[in-house]
Amino acid sequence: MNNVIALAGVVIKELYRRKDFYVLFVLTALITLLLGSVNFFNDPKIVRYLKDICLLLIWISSLVIAITTAARQIPAERENRTIFPLLAKPVTRGQVIVGKFTGCWLACGFTLLVFYVFFTVVSGTREQNWNLEGILKMVWLHWVMLGIVVAMVLCGSIVFSAPSANITICFIVVVGILGLGRYLHRVALQQGEPVDTVLSVIYFAIPHLEWYDVRDFLVYDQHLAPWVDCGLATLYGAAYMVFFMCVAWVVFRRKTLTV
Amino acid sequence: MLRLVLLAVVCFSLATLLEPRAMTWGNRRQADGVLKIVFGEGRRLFANHFFVQADVSFHSGYYPSIFDQAKRPKESPMVSDRNEHDEHDHDSHHPDADTHGHDESAHEREMAFLQAPKDWIERFGRHFIITEHTHLSGGKEREILPWLRLSAELDPQQVETYTVAAYWLRLRLGKVKEAEEFLREGLRNNPNSYQILFELGRAYYESDHDVGRARNVWELALRKWKEQESSKKDPDLSLRARIAENLARLEEQEGNFDRAIGLLELAKKASPHPANLEARIAELRARLASRATPK
Repeated sequence: MNNVIALAGVVIKELYRRKDFYVLFVLTALITLLLGSVNFFNDPKIVRYLKDICLLLIWISSLVIAITTAARQIPAERENRTIFPLLAKPVTRGQVIVGKFTGCWLACGFTLLVFYVFFTVVSGTREQNWNLEGILKMVWLHWVMLGIVVAMVLCGSIVFSAPSANITICFIVVVGILGLGRYLHRVALQQGEPVDTVLSVIYFAIPHLEWYDVRDFLVYDQHLAPWVDCGLATLYGAAYMVFFMCVAWVVFRRKTLTV
Repeated sequence: MLRLVLLAVVCFSLATLLEPRAMTWGNRRQADGVLKIVFGEGRRLFANHFFVQADVSFHSGYYPSIFDQAKRPKESPMVSDRNEHDEHDHDSHHPDADTHGHDESAHEREMAFLQAPKDWIERFGRHFIITEHTHLSGGKEREILPWLRLSAELDPQQVETYTVAAYWLRLRLGKVKEAEEFLREGLRNNPNSYQILFELGRAYYESDHDVGRARNVWELALRKWKEQESSKKDPDLSLRARIAENLARLEEQEGNFDRAIGLLELAKKASPHPANLEARIAELRARLASRATPK
């Protein structure tokens, strides 16, 4: 456990040493504040467009941070040959996977906290309405979703040869699931065989990341799903995290570490 | 370091020298919008997206995607409300009192795009999407305005953006000045648009009570309609009827019964309630006759 925590600590330190997070946060804040200063028909109460755009930027930023951070962890250790002293500690390969995952996930959680505090301040001051429960649920679901993404990217970083390929493929997969995941089975119904079966298999196999995208509830002031449903979605997400980490571990165990 | 500073000074000097000249190249002087400069003509592709986004906002996020089997609503209340408002408010002899209710239920049917879930994934996923069909009300209609503004910026030739925004600004949010300014902006971008002229006339007549300007604008709208639509195979007769009906109401109020009768005759050709208009024509004829007969 100590090894896992130590590995996670290194990943978190790496996050605040690198500039990705700062750049993305400043960009998000700058764009949001600029848009917030725009005057639409002399009506200062208009706020939903601002929430919508701010949340979209937060989602893009968090996905960029999660995918790029997770994708470079193990390849960087291999390239710099630091993986050898790391495994000689002794740290098992399973602990490396779990440690890297925990570090990336916690780092994503930290960035989410910063982003959502900014969002809460902006929307709260503009709207005079502090929907803290909704925001809390949203942060939680967002974080669970990032957990699945981090586990998937870590798994990809062991399977794919280069981080760039892994990052590109993971971005396409994540954006694809977020955009199309919900409708795949309905599209399948309109197709002939074998496309129908293939799409149906994909539909049931993929992690449904779109469940965790509940931005609309916050933007349009609707009541979000109760905590029980959020809990069930968390269990579903946890299952996929474990699955991807197990696959990563199995592949990593047999992997030669020389580049 | 010194070289960098020198380079920066040279760049700045060149920029100050070239900037006024660059403004005169081509149409750049007119390209005052940031979006126009950044996206060029390609921005029009996104304009419709933002118009739809305004409708999504009006429905508080409950909106069919392209994958939902049900078709998108043919005409959203965001657009059609203004037409209904026109008919209900101004046609005082409206016999079909529950037309609005009928339209509402038709819209409800159109928006019932969520089918029964086919599997547990879809069933559980419903907890995380908005499934309640609501419309913005109580001043919250203002939330659609940024998207309409953006849509107009991206495609200034999309006339409907101006008329829809003006309706919500003027009648639902009480922002008459802003509505008129936006319509005038639309008119600058679309000088031949009879739709914008019609809306502008309504603003002058109903909100400013400026009869003279309203009459001029509506007369111009009728002329523009004739220039553009009369030669078409399928002209927009319903809008001509609405322009004529509104102008007739104005003329009737001003005591110009002859002109009002002529306009009502024109409106009758495409009105959904010709019997009402016929009754109004008869009433005006009677008033005209009584005025002509000396006591």
